[in-house]
Amino acid sequence: MQANMVAAINNALELIMKENKNAVLLGEDIGKDGGVFRVTEGLLDKFGESRVIDTPLGESGIIGSAVGMALAGLHPIPEIQFAGFMYLGFSQIVNHAARYRSRSRSRFKVPMVIRTPVSGGVRTLEHHSESPEAVYANIGGLVIVEPSNPYDAKGLLIKASRMEDPVLFLEPTKLYRLFRQEIPDEMYEVEIGKASKIREGNAITIITYGTMVKPVSDIVEKRKLDADIIDVRTISPLDEETIIASVKKTGKVVIVHEAPLSFGVGAEIAARIADKAIYELQAPVVRVGSDSFPYPFPGYEKYYLPNEIKISKAIDKVLGQ
Amino acid sequence: MVLTRAYDNKILSLQRQGRTATFAPGFGEEAAQVGSASAMRPNDIFVPAFRQSGVYLTRGFPMDLYLLYWIGYEEGNVVPENVRGMPMAVPVSTQMPHAAGIAYAQKYKGSDSAVVAYVGDGGTSEGDFAEALNLAGVWKAPLVAIIQNNQWAISMPRKKQSAAETLAQKAFAAGINGVQVDGNDVVAVYKATREAISNARDGPTLIECVTYRMGMHTTSDDPTKYRSDEETAAWAKKDPILRVKAYLEGKGLLSDAIDKEIEEGNSKIIDSWVEKAESFKPDPTSMFTNVYSFMPEILSAELEESKASDFWQG
Repeated sequence: MQANMVAAINNALELIMKENKNAVLLGEDIGKDGGVFRVTEGLLDKFGESRVIDTPLGESGIIGSAVGMALAGLHPIPEIQFAGFMYLGFSQIVNHAARYRSRSRSRFKVPMVIRTPVSGGVRTLEHHSESPEAVYANIGGLVIVEPSNPYDAKGLLIKASRMEDPVLFLEPTKLYRLFRQEIPDEMYEVEIGKASKIREGNAITIITYGTMVKPVSDIVEKRKLDADIIDVRTISPLDEETIIASVKKTGKVVIVHEAPLSFGVGAEIAARIADKAIYELQAPVVRVGSDSFPYPFPGYEKYYLPNEIKISKAIDKVLGQ
Repeated sequence: MVLTRAYDNKILSLQRQGRTATFAPGFGEEAAQVGSASAMRPNDIFVPAFRQSGVYLTRGFPMDLYLLYWIGYEEGNVVPENVRGMPMAVPVSTQMPHAAGIAYAQKYKGSDSAVVAYVGDGGTSEGDFAEALNLAGVWKAPLVAIIQNNQWAISMPRKKQSAAETLAQKAFAAGINGVQVDGNDVVAVYKATREAISNARDGPTLIECVTYRMGMHTTSDDPTKYRSDEETAAWAKKDPILRVKAYLEGKGLLSDAIDKEIEEGNSKIIDSWVEKAESFKPDPTSMFTNVYSFMPEILSAELEESKASDFWQG
């Protein structure tokens, strides 16, 4: 089928619900309304109110009750309407979802997938455009996934729904309807913890994910660069092997993400490169990301987000051009 | 109740000797705990906060594990399969949404089990408390939420915790039943919990047990700093154990001889729990192998590095 990311995730959810009778969806406006982005459209009619739960407002209650459902043998898939609102449920994610397995020595498990839209570039109201992955990546016990295309979105979500771990599934709103792709009708998995090699090259490694995959690919295409492009896909746990192998091959690295640079995922990747491959580096690692202040209002967005010019400059710097 | 008190006393003395980390005893709240837990049916599920030794004991939780938690090992949270309950929750009131979710799952699976959750008076001010009751109310989930109103949230007295006349009335905002009982009367607590469990199929009940924290918040706390001796003395007269003893003595069911016999028996049981807990051999590897359902590369590497360190070599 031809699908954009919204359709791919909707299809994945339907197949998951059919496969696993203990899977339940819950969240604000996900039932009758089909979700504010229509990701859960039609699922209420197919599976009924006990499995597609329109909840009262309250992010902590949604995530916390989903933790309870998971502890009691269900496989909840809560949706938080926007990542900017998820901080209200942060305590439940950090103190319980991520910790329950280790604090009970695996006696209790929290199999759940928390879905939430992330990232900007679509001129939304404030608190609707954050890229908070680094905030969560510091928390052991969580799996964090962010697809950059419909195929990966479906396969990663299906894989996430079959895991025993709490998975944070970050969906870039900008990519929801940006492009379509041919994806299989049936269920398939995309491995979690494994980065995707989008393009093979020898001169430079560009490591990215989410909304930045497309601009990075476009620049490489335009400039006809001999670049290795890695789409990280799983932010935690990170696929160090793929990254280090590429760095050892090219010796030159640019890391690009939409989230702010300070204390970000790029910093972690750069540190691991320094640890494992510093002698293979032919130039300092350069990172591209957003500036270190809160996400601006839509009028200023274009000055804030990483763009092709910023990415291109970083590439020039590393290539010594 | 007597065994709970004796065990709390024992753990307190162990803590003072440096044999456990911080501990939260439940002195004075034995009727609220043992009364409510006794009212649970075998298939009901308890969701505790962190001051529920009486609940754990009554529900058949291995009490050496209870001590192991306070000594400082996660293995104390390995609730046996046949004990239907959850580990302690330290972040105040965060266990309440879990209880709502567990209750929803019972309904979803067509199970008859009710969920009995515990929270303190301070916990009722938290957002999670309100959200949990709201969700359970909308879902008509089989939840019995028990407030152990022991009058103090560390140094904050009940009156400063909320302008509400009772804590039970917080039920009304969520559209569920609210009941206030004398939390130092074990029979009253039992009866209220029993009723709430029988009604759980029709929806949740909030029960406020009015009781008193006769001891400290935890072993790190000195209550003399913020409350008067007169107050503690007045509540000591209402000690739930004294009350139940007086009742049984009045009925001719308890004598000094029986009391002494119980005390001696309890002391032996407690010694065996302590011995078992203190003989636990920790395995630091378990910290690394229980984080995910799989072993991420980063944890394998960290484990290997730790194992190679001088510290781990002992």
